[in-house]
Amino acid sequence: MPAAPERPIGLQFDQVEKRYGAVYALRNLTLAIGAGECVAIAGRNGSGKTTLLRVAARLVQPGKGTVSYSGGADGLRPRIGFVAHATMVYDELTAEENLLFFAKLQAVVNPKKRVAELLKEVGLEERKDSLVRTFSRGMRQRVAIARALLPQPSLLLFDEPGTGLDAESGAWLTAHIGKLRDSGSTVLMSLHGESELARLATRAIRLEGGGVIADTRRGAMFQSIFAGAGS
Amino acid sequence: MALLSKAAVLLGKEVRTEFRSRELLSTTVVFVLIVVVVFSFTFDPTTNESRRFGPGLLWMAFLFAASLMLQPCFLREQANDTLSALRLAVEDPFAIFLAKISANTLFLLVTELLMLPVFAALFNVSFGAQLPGILLTFFLGSVGISVVGTALGAISAQARMRELLLPLLLLPLLTPILVVSTEVTVRLMQPDPAVEWKGIGLLGGFDVVFLTVLWLFGEYLLEE
Repeated sequence: MPAAPERPIGLQFDQVEKRYGAVYALRNLTLAIGAGECVAIAGRNGSGKTTLLRVAARLVQPGKGTVSYSGGADGLRPRIGFVAHATMVYDELTAEENLLFFAKLQAVVNPKKRVAELLKEVGLEERKDSLVRTFSRGMRQRVAIARALLPQPSLLLFDEPGTGLDAESGAWLTAHIGKLRDSGSTVLMSLHGESELARLATRAIRLEGGGVIADTRRGAMFQSIFAGAGS
Repeated sequence: MALLSKAAVLLGKEVRTEFRSRELLSTTVVFVLIVVVVFSFTFDPTTNESRRFGPGLLWMAFLFAASLMLQPCFLREQANDTLSALRLAVEDPFAIFLAKISANTLFLLVTELLMLPVFAALFNVSFGAQLPGILLTFFLGSVGISVVGTALGAISAQARMRELLLPLLLLPLLTPILVVSTEVTVRLMQPDPAVEWKGIGLLGGFDVVFLTVLWLFGEYLLEE
């Protein structure tokens, strides 16, 4: 079981707008995510899922509107764990070198011990000295998740984390995100249709045209949020 | 201190990945070597001509080589979106710039030091007692090239036609470095050599001004 974060982070998007040229990625988006919630974000391609997560990670500044965080935004970035489409690790470094590098940057206490723990947790202990470029997609995703978990983040953002994973890696990922949810972290994950991962969510949101068109908690309407999300 | 320690960790990564792949350094060294050899055989200069025109040629070669070397410094971070990981891990983005500038300066200096004896042999000039002055000029010139080049590398990496954009922006902005470095080096290579401290001061001033600008506005260069 992953260690519980210091304090989970809640988010409030207030009339957030982000444009790329003439195209709106997010449009007048208002949304509150409670601390400790596990939220699935569904929507078609181009509906704004990735931009929402990147704005939440403070990697993208909104053109209009504000995003506020419970406890304030100071020193927030190192408390965010982000797993994106890309692996966000270096192909020319080994799994262990990658994790040690990011652990030192994030001032993780006892980085060697923490890296060894995570390598064991993601099942890459035996391949720790192999260059990441020699890894399969599933193994790279495991390194990416280990990197995101290094500082025991309070807010976890997953952008279609199951993409390209085989059944075994997918099952591992579902189990692992489930553990993170149970440890009390706030989890936001964008999903491309209904999947095992969707079952972990306690709340589901559907985006279209950069805005929220449906928002429901577990119940009768829950499955309908994912209907057609992959189209 | 946190800034410097994080920059040191980042620099360690830059050096490790470069010495593992040897992409930048080998390309740069080979490029400068080709330019110096081709010019030497094409013009076959006398010693006096070498003293007068050699430094200009050498700095031109360094500048063009730098435009090749600086191109991938942020492009490489885009392949796996590692720049986002760095931005999440480091609160002060100046640490990222500081590490990249240090790495680029180091690689450029290594290239320059490797090329110095080749240049001396092919152009029949000797540096002798003026080596400290030459090294100081190389260092300050390389820092200037790296500071401006790293900043423009961050901008061009997010642009369309990025391969063309960097040299187009870099060469005009680095004209002062090229002119001053060449003049200082020419003076050092004369039969009665002397360190032109005014030029050295100008190079140092250029470095400090651009480094300060990057420190103040660097964050905006990394935004998506």
